[in-house]
Amino acid sequence: MPRHTLSVLVENKAGVLARVSALFSRRGYNIESLAVGPTENPDLSRMTIVADAEAQPLEQITKQLNKLVEVIKIVELDTAAVQRELLLVKVRAPLADRAQVLQTAELFRARVIDVNVDTVTLEATGTPDKLQALLAVLAPLGIKEMAQSGTVALGRGPRSMSGAGTLRPVERSA
Amino acid sequence: MSTPSSSGRTAAATRPATGPAPGAGAAPATPMQPTEAAAQSTLGVETTARTIAEVASEPVSGITGAQSLVRSLEAVGVEVVFGIPGGAILPAYDPLFDSALRHVLVRHEQGAGHAATGYAQATGRVGVCMATSGPGATNLVTPLADAYMDSVPIVAITGQVPSAAIGTDAFQEADIRGITMPITKHNFLVTDPDEIPQRIAEAFHLAGTGRPGPVLVDISKDALQATTDFSWPPRLDLPGYKPTTRPHGKQVREAAALIAGAGQPVLYVGGGVLKAGATAELAELAELTGAPVVTTLMARGAFPDSHPQNLGMPGMHGNVTAVTALQKADLLVALGARFDDRVTGELSSFAPHAAVVHADIDPAEIGKNRRADVPIVGDAKATIAELVTALRAEHEAGRTPQLTGWWAQLEDWRARYPLGYDWPEDGMLSPQYVIERLGAIAGPDAIYASGVGQHQMWAAQFVKYEKPGTWLNSGGLGTMGYAVPAAMGAKFGMPGTTVWAIDGDGCFQMTNQELATCAIEGIPIKVAVINNGNLGMVRQWQTLFYEGRYSNTHLNTHGGKEGTARQVRIPDFVTLAEALGCVGLRCESKDDVDAVIEKAMAIDDAPVVIDFIVGSDAQVWPMVAAGSSNDEILAARDVRPVFGDGQV
Repeated sequence: MPRHTLSVLVENKAGVLARVSALFSRRGYNIESLAVGPTENPDLSRMTIVADAEAQPLEQITKQLNKLVEVIKIVELDTAAVQRELLLVKVRAPLADRAQVLQTAELFRARVIDVNVDTVTLEATGTPDKLQALLAVLAPLGIKEMAQSGTVALGRGPRSMSGAGTLRPVERSA
Repeated sequence: MSTPSSSGRTAAATRPATGPAPGAGAAPATPMQPTEAAAQSTLGVETTARTIAEVASEPVSGITGAQSLVRSLEAVGVEVVFGIPGGAILPAYDPLFDSALRHVLVRHEQGAGHAATGYAQATGRVGVCMATSGPGATNLVTPLADAYMDSVPIVAITGQVPSAAIGTDAFQEADIRGITMPITKHNFLVTDPDEIPQRIAEAFHLAGTGRPGPVLVDISKDALQATTDFSWPPRLDLPGYKPTTRPHGKQVREAAALIAGAGQPVLYVGGGVLKAGATAELAELAELTGAPVVTTLMARGAFPDSHPQNLGMPGMHGNVTAVTALQKADLLVALGARFDDRVTGELSSFAPHAAVVHADIDPAEIGKNRRADVPIVGDAKATIAELVTALRAEHEAGRTPQLTGWWAQLEDWRARYPLGYDWPEDGMLSPQYVIERLGAIAGPDAIYASGVGQHQMWAAQFVKYEKPGTWLNSGGLGTMGYAVPAAMGAKFGMPGTTVWAIDGDGCFQMTNQELATCAIEGIPIKVAVINNGNLGMVRQWQTLFYEGRYSNTHLNTHGGKEGTARQVRIPDFVTLAEALGCVGLRCESKDDVDAVIEKAMAIDDAPVVIDFIVGSDAQVWPMVAAGSSNDEILAARDVRPVFGDGQV
């Protein structure tokens, strides 16, 4: 099924995440990733939701989301949008292997954020594909632990979801 | 607090229409419907008119959150609250004691919720129920889900444990906000007393505007006890709530063009037409188009049954003509209807030849089940009015549909497959006959509230509805036990109208405790228990689909099963009625039916229960089996209609 990235501006209030995730669960929609965080406006949070859905169910998802009182606006980002995930990965790196780990990190523009005798922890950002590639290279060395964020994304160009030059919202009316 | 306040009833009746709701689109050009008026009355932000609830609306400082809550309810124009006190909501009941606002003490919170729903459905205003935390609140879950499915505007107010105790599994704590998220239009948890007026105003606005629905406001006990200031009207802060009420002109013109060009159109009318108060507009559209009209279970009464264009109810137990008209139509004009599975049957074979115009106030309903060729998002009243105008233009341009052939076909079906029923072979009373006579004697001015099951279908089929707001039932959720409390709420809202609950012996046993409320509070409803001694609809399915294996459907209300020792009726509904402060009557033969109904009609100072002992094996027909195509409709058991054109 095609992946779709929805950028959803919601009121920054308790319980909104529960409402959104419950909606997906109740209506049987599949969330691949969901990331929530503050925006330039302290009253609003942005949820970036990556969902697997055909076009028709996607329309239902956006319409149902739009019905949530605390949802302000929904935009489906196209494939050209800037999309990033954050990865923290703790790799086995005894002295013998350490050079290889650091070299891999450099190739992927990952940063070392913690080092000790046995391991190195890397921080990397990128598209989901790039992070998958990094993990594939690190896997033979021994991944001890990892944490990965959901996708966050913004449309390219000067437009924004709020304010002038607004991105076109997903149709409220059919 | 001593709060001299005018009665909520007067407030609502005479309140001037206020200006447009912020963010709710343009002001309606036509007089507002009661629901809308009630909702708009919560605003007042842009009006200079003095509201009737002005006493309650005067600013006060240094009052409790509970006083602020009661003042808010008064200011919003609430007439009655159905509820039960308990620990967490207790502070609110103290100022309620002094208020002109009427509180009806129910016997179970489910009764409070359905009473609010019945009140709202009968009056078009927002119904209100109140309960305490924990079990009080969870007992409201069923009526909230019920109101959500049927888009009924109600506001539920629940007490919550003190905010410091929230999350600690405190005594009578339940996360009712979390629990009701998927079954309310919106809900709030209030822990700050200063927020109370705003949240109440928002709750009423949300419940009554757009697609109506239930809203829950959960208020912590400490917020009710704390000191706060009150001012009215509060600012509404709902930036994400902008229901579309005006239809798009281009879509309306496209729809009119389709209607003008259709040879076999059907107006498929749903409950949204009643919610919008659009029955006059619908009548105009129907007569202008000359098209047949079907009214769904939620729309009975939206178009007079006596009108020759009304084919009746479609769906699983709809009549053959209404079901088949949809199947053979070349155009469906769906107005405030949602292509529910009980209407469509197997979706893939539903109305296979029809183009679809789908008008609904909720954009998410359009295209949810059936693709719409012309989607129209808007309030039914505005939409139908604009359709009429656009269709007139089509007619003036010489495009008028020719429906003679279609009507010949429809009349042929109507003549060959009228609704009917057989008398039980065991010589017992026919339930359909009872309901038919009840409808004839009580007449089209009475309100009928039904439970769920066979009696509900018969009441939808055999009572003739002529007016909006006269048929109340639980259509979407199918809540057994709806009838008695809903009738109570309706009767409270429409005290001058005869209100009948048509209930089954199974349903009646779920909520009949509210008859005590009716008797004590002076709400003289009438209940016709269609007592077939069984969970009748389930028994019907067991007869049809489980080889007559009657697992757990016998209720003993006719007496014990054959061959068992106890032949006494348990319970005996006549003595039960008397125990609950009602008049109890029983009818077992055809000859007594009219007399007992007339006797009940003559009693107006107490609730009346008639125990109609009817045959156990009567079945609801026609029927489309669950999951089957509507083409597989059976007019009666083993009777497949023949539709002509070589089609079977």
